[in-house]
Amino acid sequence: MSLSVHIRQRLEGFDLEVDFDAPPGLTALFGASGTGKTSVVNAVAGLSRPDRARIAVGDWALCDTGQRLHLPPHKRRLGYIFQEGRLFPHLTVRQNLHYGAWFTRRHGPGEDMARVVEMLGIGALLNRRPGALSGGEKQRVAIGRALLAKPRLILADEPLAALDEARKAEILPYFERLRDEAGIPILYVSHSPAEVARLATTVVALERGRVARMATPGELFSDPGFRPAGPRAIGAVLEARVRLHHDDGLTELDAGGVPLFLPHISEPPGHPIRVRIAAQDVTLSLDAPGRISALNVLSGTVDEVQAGDGPGAVVAMKTPAGRVLARVTRRSVAALDLKPGLACHAIVKTVSIAPGDVGGGA
Amino acid sequence: MSGWLGPEEWQALALSLKVATWATLAALPLGLFVAHALARWQFPGKQILNGLVHLPLVLPPVVTGYLLLLTFNPTAPVGDALNAIGITFAFRWTGAALAAGVMGFPLMVRAMRLSIEAVDPKLEQAAATLGASRIWVFFTVTLPLILPGVLAGAILGFAKAMGEFGATITFVSNIPGQTQTLPSAIYAFLQVPGGEGAALRLVLISVVVAMGALLASELLARRLAKRVGGA
Repeated sequence: MSLSVHIRQRLEGFDLEVDFDAPPGLTALFGASGTGKTSVVNAVAGLSRPDRARIAVGDWALCDTGQRLHLPPHKRRLGYIFQEGRLFPHLTVRQNLHYGAWFTRRHGPGEDMARVVEMLGIGALLNRRPGALSGGEKQRVAIGRALLAKPRLILADEPLAALDEARKAEILPYFERLRDEAGIPILYVSHSPAEVARLATTVVALERGRVARMATPGELFSDPGFRPAGPRAIGAVLEARVRLHHDDGLTELDAGGVPLFLPHISEPPGHPIRVRIAAQDVTLSLDAPGRISALNVLSGTVDEVQAGDGPGAVVAMKTPAGRVLARVTRRSVAALDLKPGLACHAIVKTVSIAPGDVGGGA
Repeated sequence: MSGWLGPEEWQALALSLKVATWATLAALPLGLFVAHALARWQFPGKQILNGLVHLPLVLPPVVTGYLLLLTFNPTAPVGDALNAIGITFAFRWTGAALAAGVMGFPLMVRAMRLSIEAVDPKLEQAAATLGASRIWVFFTVTLPLILPGVLAGAILGFAKAMGEFGATITFVSNIPGQTQTLPSAIYAFLQVPGGEGAALRLVLISVVVAMGALLASELLARRLAKRVGGA
């Protein structure tokens, strides 16, 4: 089901003017803090009242100020996963999980409790209270609670922002499964390019309360001109498949016929994978590299060169694996005379690909 | 035990407990509603309501009692109307309960309001997104979380009701068996020669009841806080 969002709302500092119609799957609201991401989600949830709005899931309208329609939050059939979990401290984990299901029981049977508990690995926690859980455990319970409320729309507001890298890596796969299996539209707020590149079907990039860009992560992140979160956040996303796991702890991927080596991941051979290659981890070479330690070499031609305001530039390369971005200095651009059409090699160290940058592709 | 206390003293103690219990039970739901309104809602006249609730705390009790008498005596319009449907307050134990309830009300509301304000509205929002209507949010999230505060408010109200004197004696006088509560009885015993012994025994009972109530509330509140804290 698609998600249609049109909002006009006066906020402190700027006006929210957001319009998008997102296809089924996971729609990521992406942008720096203070761009209105949470305001959009709260309007969709019914927690705030926009001046003018039309919000619909498929053909089911949640809010239509033209028709004087504003469903209260409890009638919107939501599964809202908050940044801080917001578990009820006076209830056990089991009671928290049942909370939403009880109110929506008249809508027929929903997700099977046992299946959700199993998927999230929270079986051992059921009799505990939220106060006794770690941050990652709380967040998994919060996901379960949202799923069991029989939602027609899942909202997630920076659900991983409060967690450390290890906990993020633990929870990201659940969102991938949700996107691939639940068949419910997901609106996911994040300021992390790695998360968005990995999870999103569609990215809606916000800037000062407006939609700056709407595209697939592949299109958006391979555009050297798109850098809403600073130069360090630039990095293209490649679609690949697991080829095999080597004995020395490396996993070999097949990206459009090109082998890519990265630290071991758990997905089985044949599994589709998205890999984000941060532009600052890519080295360019005009000659085919000889005896070097980096394992990944992507050969292709320069497609686009975008000089920044500072000493840096972003070079986009066309390779059989897809578009790759490299962040280099303007001095190097001049020294190598990099310009569109030039044959070139991109060198990527295996160890520079972080686990958070790799995920199951859609 | 019955030899230790005279029949009149027993009567005063039993009446006080009855008056305080009814005053607390009747004021509790209304107090909870008012506390919730003051803590969570924005409406015109909010400050006026807040002032009215707190008035008995700052007015001389005699004034509160006299205002009650003016309002609820059978010849006044309100008292007359209530009389017609079989509710009489003036010079009855029900009047003593009304006076005690009114005097304890601000203490109750204050304790409950503070605990409601301490509940994170984000939890209530989360409950709403999970399908709970406003009333269900209150009963499944807000109320369980504020239970220690409600309890503290109820105990404070009860203790205040047990000790209320000025408004009660002004409103419903000091009729043994009808409106003579513990403090009124102590006052009465002190007015007659040789009544010091009886007065002292009632004073002792007052102290025990008040201490017991305070300890019980402290204990219960701690238990509840621990449960809510989830440790």
